[in-house]
Amino acid sequence: MWVRSLSLTDLRSYEQVDCALERGVTTFVGRNGQGKTNLVEAICYLATLGSHRVATDAPLVRTGATQGFIRCEVVNDDRVIMIELAISPGSANKARVNRTPVPKVRDVLGLLRTVLFAPEDLALVKGDPSDRRKFIDDLLVQRTPRLAGTRSDYERTLKQRNALLKSASIARRTAGTEMLRTLEVWDEQLAASGSELVAARVSLLADILGLAREKYAFISGDDNTLLGLTYVSSLGADAPADGSADAPTDQVAAADREGWRLAILEAIKNKRGDELDRGLTLIGPHRDDILLTLGQMPAKGYASHGESWSIALALRLAAFELLRADGVDPVLILDDVFAELDASRRQRLAEQVGTATQVIITAAVDMDIPDSLHGVRFTVSAGTVTLQDST
Amino acid sequence: MYEGVVQDLIDELGRLPGVGPKSAQRIAFYILASDPIDVERLAHALREVKDKVQFCIVCGNVAEEDHCRICRDPKRDLTILCVVEESKDVVAIEKTREFRGRYHVLGGAISPIEGIGPDALRIRELIARLADGAITEVILATDPNLEGEATATYLARLITPLGIAVSRLASGLPVGGDLEYADEVTLGRAFEGRRLV
Repeated sequence: MWVRSLSLTDLRSYEQVDCALERGVTTFVGRNGQGKTNLVEAICYLATLGSHRVATDAPLVRTGATQGFIRCEVVNDDRVIMIELAISPGSANKARVNRTPVPKVRDVLGLLRTVLFAPEDLALVKGDPSDRRKFIDDLLVQRTPRLAGTRSDYERTLKQRNALLKSASIARRTAGTEMLRTLEVWDEQLAASGSELVAARVSLLADILGLAREKYAFISGDDNTLLGLTYVSSLGADAPADGSADAPTDQVAAADREGWRLAILEAIKNKRGDELDRGLTLIGPHRDDILLTLGQMPAKGYASHGESWSIALALRLAAFELLRADGVDPVLILDDVFAELDASRRQRLAEQVGTATQVIITAAVDMDIPDSLHGVRFTVSAGTVTLQDST
Repeated sequence: MYEGVVQDLIDELGRLPGVGPKSAQRIAFYILASDPIDVERLAHALREVKDKVQFCIVCGNVAEEDHCRICRDPKRDLTILCVVEESKDVVAIEKTREFRGRYHVLGGAISPIEGIGPDALRIRELIARLADGAITEVILATDPNLEGEATATYLARLITPLGIAVSRLASGLPVGGDLEYADEVTLGRAFEGRRLV
């Protein structure tokens, strides 16, 4: 799939901008703060209904305006779909598909798929476990939409269970353990959705491991240092076989849902006292992590800046290949990525992304982009986007 | 802000479920402009519903006497009981005309976030009803959401040891609809719950 046109109204720094895009490579070049990222952010917003830069909608709308608009024509299997989105902070956003309003904004999800590489990706390696969980869960939902329900069920169960634990831990000090009778019910619910989530994550890791390794070796040009991805379960020693943190890095934990369900139930029982003391759910997929390793060393804390970048890129590229293998060719977006890499890594990344149906690149310096990624170049300056005469 | 009583009315209306500030204002001004007789009829209906309607002492359904219409009906099957969250669920199931047993209205579902535990629901009454052994099957018809499922699981754990059959409503695709209109979560779960024919 590819984006044929993009037009923004009152979005970020833009009052109005329209650009026609082509298959293949498109590049936006301009000095810092001219609005390059705003363009790709808008495309990604249509695909995910969220910005990779901010958590709320307010900064997306141009200062002084009340509503911002994104309009995008997406070509998929020779069919043109026009997606329009009105972003109004403080009230509900509205969406139209082919000029027809859709009942739920969520309905536009899946019409446009993107894989974004951005400076923020470094958090995959250097950031908190929540960054890695988000990466794996977002990819899960893209591949299996049903899991969006499992994910929200789990989050809701967690809230309910924490509320119960909190009131039970207060009640334990004052009155009896009345509320605790329902705790077992919530244990079961937690284990049911939690095990589905963990099993899906583990099997996704197994799918992605080979690809990520291959991509890492290619980008870093280093065949000797093996990238490892290990699922680290909060269950610790209670996790089903191979799921523990000290399992060999090339063995991904058993992806058996029933095994995980029983293991979660068992671990919850053992943690009962601690959970009541702290009034919190202490185990489950919301406390899990993915351990990234290079050779024998954990990447976090040991890998250099460049190596960390290569790992982040390898994970994104692997996600791209995985989605591609499922039959959808997502739009690949590289936001300010080349500036962070050395010349040989740039060249290798260029080789990797060159095969995508559409690649959209932003860069501050024209020179940063490898020559092999020729394509349509736009200059972005003070909120205007102009097509450069191709050379 | 409006003058005293008008604002009071808007505030009261705004507390109703599904009524936002804008709707509350619209309804308030509609009432202001209406015929005094119509307004009197509305006020009367509001008072009456609070005065006359009570809850059935057996099942907890809305009733105008001690027992609701269904609990008074001698033709109802006494061996089968359907547990629902709200009175409006009784109405929904009655429309099917499939179920000839009696009901038990819980008055909600277990939700720790809102501070609703089993004690806040009519569960003790339910267990008391099951004690005499007349009821041989309980159908758990709580909502197919997280809180409803948790309530059903809780009840199943309580009732099964009593030697009473417990069943749960099936969930899946709406009948008479188009497959294409089902959302991916429902459709995905229907796939999971598929059965051999």
